[in-house]
Amino acid sequence: MKKSLNRDWKKLWARPGILALLVVTLALWLVSPVLAQKKMIQVKGSDTMVNLVQILAEEYMAKKPGTAIAVLGGGSGTGITAIINGTCDLANHSREWKPKELDLAYEKGVRPRVFAIAVDALSIIVNEKNPLETLTMAQVGSIFRGEIKNWKVLGGPDQKISLYGRQSNSGTYSFLQEHVLNNKNYSPDVKEMNGNAQIIEAVTQDLAGIGYVGVGYLYDENGQLRKGLKVLKIKKDDNSPEYSPLDKEAVYSAKYAISRPLYQCTNGKPSAALADFIRFELSPEGQAIVEKEGFFKIGKELMELNEKNLR
Amino acid sequence: MGTVKKKGILGDLKESLIQRLFQTSGLLAIIVLVGIFALLLHTSIPAFREVSLKEFLTSTRWDPTSPERPEYGLLSMLASTVMVTFGALLVAFPVGVAVAAYLSDVASPRVRELVKPVVELLAAIPSVVVGFIGITLVGPLIAKLFNLSHGLTALNGSLLLAIMALPTIISISEDSLNAVPVSYVEASLALGANRWQTLVRVKIPAALSGIIASMMLGMGRAIGETMTVLMATGNARAFPHGFLQSVRTLTANIAIELGEVPYYTTHYYALFAIGLVLFILTFFVNLTADVILEKQKRKLR
Repeated sequence: MKKSLNRDWKKLWARPGILALLVVTLALWLVSPVLAQKKMIQVKGSDTMVNLVQILAEEYMAKKPGTAIAVLGGGSGTGITAIINGTCDLANHSREWKPKELDLAYEKGVRPRVFAIAVDALSIIVNEKNPLETLTMAQVGSIFRGEIKNWKVLGGPDQKISLYGRQSNSGTYSFLQEHVLNNKNYSPDVKEMNGNAQIIEAVTQDLAGIGYVGVGYLYDENGQLRKGLKVLKIKKDDNSPEYSPLDKEAVYSAKYAISRPLYQCTNGKPSAALADFIRFELSPEGQAIVEKEGFFKIGKELMELNEKNLR
Repeated sequence: MGTVKKKGILGDLKESLIQRLFQTSGLLAIIVLVGIFALLLHTSIPAFREVSLKEFLTSTRWDPTSPERPEYGLLSMLASTVMVTFGALLVAFPVGVAVAAYLSDVASPRVRELVKPVVELLAAIPSVVVGFIGITLVGPLIAKLFNLSHGLTALNGSLLLAIMALPTIISISEDSLNAVPVSYVEASLALGANRWQTLVRVKIPAALSGIIASMMLGMGRAIGETMTVLMATGNARAFPHGFLQSVRTLTANIAIELGEVPYYTTHYYALFAIGLVLFILTFFVNLTADVILEKQKRKLR
């Protein structure tokens, strides 16, 4: 019996898979203290901001070797919850804190400090075959509240409107609900997608689709506008002129009606490492990346607020 | 090996130790089950301080983050879960039983050796992959077939869940068909019945309780499945009126909302209450399946 056992062991050793596994485990175990020494900054939150902050982090890490920043999505609500629960260092959020969340944070001894790092022009998209070009804010609200159900009402084809939106943990979901739906409920027919990219994917396939996404998602890796989509122009009301979120001048002069700052927040005064990263994001170099990714630079007022919160 | 050792005191001790070990392992399963139930119950109860049980079970609107008035009605999602599950069984049950009958009665040993492992491999496909197939292949196909603008519908979820329930249905049905004593078959053939008559009028009725149990177990799998339906059914909260509509199931709702919900709020507790409902649902489905299987074993003994 002993002999056969011995042979079995030898066989086990001879398996390349098991050997490889052991080697990898050993290597990881040896390397882990080295990895731990690198100070890791955990960033979490808004899906709209995840690509932008990822690229900012990569540029920053390339400039400052020895720093490590991990960026995760999940939605603004997830990021804010993570700051409250102390599971991340920096939260991305595309909406402001809700009073309830602030209460919860103060209860737990968390003192959020907020920085605006970019401006987003919330974009309403439809399929490229949709003949519509323009909607008013009120019309967008009615569509997502489920009051207008057919494209015919808006001068389109006789086809049921197919709604795409984000999930309730999304800052974009909350922002649209507050500023465009006038704090009324979304239609229960909205199909809730798991992020901006999924909405874009769905609307390019769905001739009757309409959705909302952050402006940065309208471009592909090469900075070209994505195919299959039409970005609608928005009018503040019936009598005001129409503006596109792709029109830089209109967004910077606040003529485009649904733009919003994109925020990051820390718990209390940011540590030296965190402050350095935030300074990089706000620097002309960082802001150039923001524009390259399709978003917009922050204005003077917000920048002054940032400076105050950094100190 | 081969020689039986005489038992000494040490041997006795060893034996009783081993016995204890197995006993504890058996008990552990029960403890874990009861523990999960207790935890779910304990975490769900606070939800009903603010939500009435009547609203929870009979309202069709679920909108906990509504700025107008938070609503906690589970009925739409319960209906969606039931609909998607039964849709899946409607497809998977006939196909599954047919495959099982083919494997046990018709297929040559070589074919059986080939098909059985493939069917079992079907169970090994990760649910996220099935969901992906739903988004890229089955969904668009449904959209084209029914002339819809998109395919993220209850039907899409049902078809995918059918694929996932098939391995359970096939392997348990086949086992119970094989468990039918040879004497039944021989008697039937001796009386002049042909193979088809023997299969349909003797073997399947004899194995019926096992076949029904396989369906119940497949159903348990379909009710609890999350990722696939989350990806494939569109997750609209409206009450379902047909298979060509987007629906949100109970499991998908928990997956969508639990990640972001602030801890220890009514919304958080209400999600656990949904978990409790799911637990009770699958528990009874599986229990029924077990009782039916046990009955069949006795009958054929």
